[in-house]
Amino acid sequence: MSALDLARWQFGITTVYHFIFVPLTIGLSFLVAGMQTAWVRTGNGKYRRMTKFWGKLFLINFAMGVATGIVQEFQFGMNWSDYSTFVGDIFGAPLAIEGLLAFFLESTFLGLWIFGWDKLPKKLHLATIWIASIGTVLSAYFILAANSWMQHPVGSIVNPATGRAELKDFGAVLTNSTAVGAFAHTITACFLTAGMFVVGISAWQLRRQKNADVFRPSMKLALVTVLIAGLGVIVTGDLQARLMTEQQPMKMAAAEALYDTVAPASFSLFTIGSLDGSQEKFSIRVPGVLSFMATGTFDGRVEGINNLQAQEQQAYGPGEYRPDVPVTYWTFRLMIGFGFLCLLISLVGLWLFRRGRTPRGRWFFPVATAGLALPFLANSVGWIFTEMGRQPWSVFGVLKTADSVSPTVPASSVLTSLIVFTLLYGVLAVVDGVLMVRYAKAGPPPPEEPAAESDEPRPAAFAY
Amino acid sequence: MALTDIWFLLIAVLWTGYFVLEGFDFGVGTLLRVLGRDDTDRRVLINTIGPVWDGNEVWLLVAGGATFAAFPLWYSSLFSGFYLALLLVLVALILRGVAFEFRGKLDSPRWRTTWDWVIVFGSAAPALLWGVAFGNIVHGVPLDAQHHFTGTFFTLLNPYALLGGVATLSLFSFHGAVFLTLKTTGEIRGRARILSRALGGTAIVFGGVFLAYTAVEHGGWAWLTSALAAALLVAAVLFATDERDGFAFASTAGAIIAVTFTLFWSLYPNVLPSTTDSAFSLTTTNASSTPYTLQIMTWVAVAFTPIVLAYQAWTYWVFRKRISRGSIPAGGGLPVVRR
Repeated sequence: MSALDLARWQFGITTVYHFIFVPLTIGLSFLVAGMQTAWVRTGNGKYRRMTKFWGKLFLINFAMGVATGIVQEFQFGMNWSDYSTFVGDIFGAPLAIEGLLAFFLESTFLGLWIFGWDKLPKKLHLATIWIASIGTVLSAYFILAANSWMQHPVGSIVNPATGRAELKDFGAVLTNSTAVGAFAHTITACFLTAGMFVVGISAWQLRRQKNADVFRPSMKLALVTVLIAGLGVIVTGDLQARLMTEQQPMKMAAAEALYDTVAPASFSLFTIGSLDGSQEKFSIRVPGVLSFMATGTFDGRVEGINNLQAQEQQAYGPGEYRPDVPVTYWTFRLMIGFGFLCLLISLVGLWLFRRGRTPRGRWFFPVATAGLALPFLANSVGWIFTEMGRQPWSVFGVLKTADSVSPTVPASSVLTSLIVFTLLYGVLAVVDGVLMVRYAKAGPPPPEEPAAESDEPRPAAFAY
Repeated sequence: MALTDIWFLLIAVLWTGYFVLEGFDFGVGTLLRVLGRDDTDRRVLINTIGPVWDGNEVWLLVAGGATFAAFPLWYSSLFSGFYLALLLVLVALILRGVAFEFRGKLDSPRWRTTWDWVIVFGSAAPALLWGVAFGNIVHGVPLDAQHHFTGTFFTLLNPYALLGGVATLSLFSFHGAVFLTLKTTGEIRGRARILSRALGGTAIVFGGVFLAYTAVEHGGWAWLTSALAAALLVAAVLFATDERDGFAFASTAGAIIAVTFTLFWSLYPNVLPSTTDSAFSLTTTNASSTPYTLQIMTWVAVAFTPIVLAYQAWTYWVFRKRISRGSIPAGGGLPVVRR
């Protein structure tokens, strides 16, 4: 494999891995903040136990997200130095601002939250988790603005004298329609992820009839979260699909394996056979739906891959402008499918738990627990689709991935780091998995006993 | 003052903040198994930095992001050129980050001992490697006409850079030991004080030789800031011996500021000198972003840096109390059941 292929694999592996933890961090920080707010406002001990239980899982996950996040900032320079030189004028700013505005906020205020239980007044302590949550969302905005510029480069020109892209309008980069769409879709997906996480673990506990006073309200909260977030994911996904058709028509065509331009276009749910455009053995299709997704009308015209390939060749010179069609086709479908399954679980769950009921049949609990994997899978394939669908470009229409890689880093170095990261991440996945499962099974802390009055210095409420 | 100069200065400030703050938590991590005799001791040590280490590390991320935004060519040549060295730094920082969180999660001596050593490695390795990296940055590396690094991993392991690594490792260990005299009580504090004298001597010797070497090569102001750093290190040893822990810590912090400024001063106006031909060097002007980008970044920095400094300072105020063995609660880790 060439240094380019290895660098791409490394980016894919490290980024997908990092993004296992990020959405859960974002969504769960708000849910935990909400639980703690309920405790501070009502004084009801069950909310304190909820906060402590979900807070512990949140922190195990947060540590993994932070640790794997450092690589993200470094590897642009390490593996993609020509990309970094080319885009630094535009792409670097949101990254630096993300650090200054968001990372400081998250890390500092989570430190205060973790260790501040007995050192800060109750309401101030509650404020720290809310501020940290806001930090996670700010972070998402800036990094998505940077990524969206790669999908839809606005507010910039390429200076022919230096051969580098230059920022002309930073406001345009921050208000990029692609960024707004991606942010809305990602944040709703974060809440969906956190909701399914809480649903899955609460189901495991409720099935064993453990700590129902903590896990019943957790379950209800999470089911509602999944429902609202799931609807949000659909609305924002629809918005994104239309932007994508307009801004990156090739990606939309590849998502559908649509080779020839048609109007109206049907949506292929499932297909058997090759996706290279030569033959289609079997396919379930819904008439008009692709037209609706792409254009907003049921008879809109959707451009096909062959047509777009010819257009791009005319615009950018000879070359291959088609992304990997089977990958884009399947990841697009799986993303949507996994997302809808989450929504289905929440609808069924809300019905079963309606008005104080608890499901009598036991089948829902293992299904809900297994459903915990769904949002993580949906997030991963969603990003694989977004990034693979943009190929061969790293910055759409401006810079190709092949021209982005570090020219002087030998393949042996990239291979070394690829192996090191894969092994390290593999080991950490096992450790993280073991801790998550154990703490999820261990359940919440017991109800608090009133502290005995004494003059002896008491140990801290929390310490590593 | 040109915008490019302002950004060179700001990046110097970010690295300085990083070394002053993460410097002591690297030091505490490095000394974990030396100063911590038992598990409670080690938990005291870890908890002195528990609430703040992550915020300290963000200084590095912002320094990296600012370099990317303000000097993209510097970021590109540096990060791709120092590839394997940075890989080592990344592995260390990843492991260290999860180690603090995971260490106390299971109630097993083997589990905790493993993570202890991960913390020691994850702290000592970057403390050493940042010095090696800065030795190479200041001295220069082989760059071709396109500013591409043409050396290998072993090019970076030259005597001057390695000396820089030993200097930062001993400097941060000293800084960490002094921090512990300020933040702990009883026997741990006593041990940290005794060790700080030895580490102070090591830091003076290696730091002194490294700075003298730097000043010989670059001259001028470097002599002044180097002398200041040396004087502050001597003062730190004296203050520590005299049990004036606050002054001692201020002195080691001041010494780290002086050392970092010596390095950046010697580097300016280059950002990555070429040893192949000085015409190939990356400088504040040929590596920079456009004035428009630098302007926006300047406004953001001016608006938000004071806020960040204020709440980080407040965190240190909230957690200002010394930590004793008595302030460590019973272990909260889950029992490990043998099947």
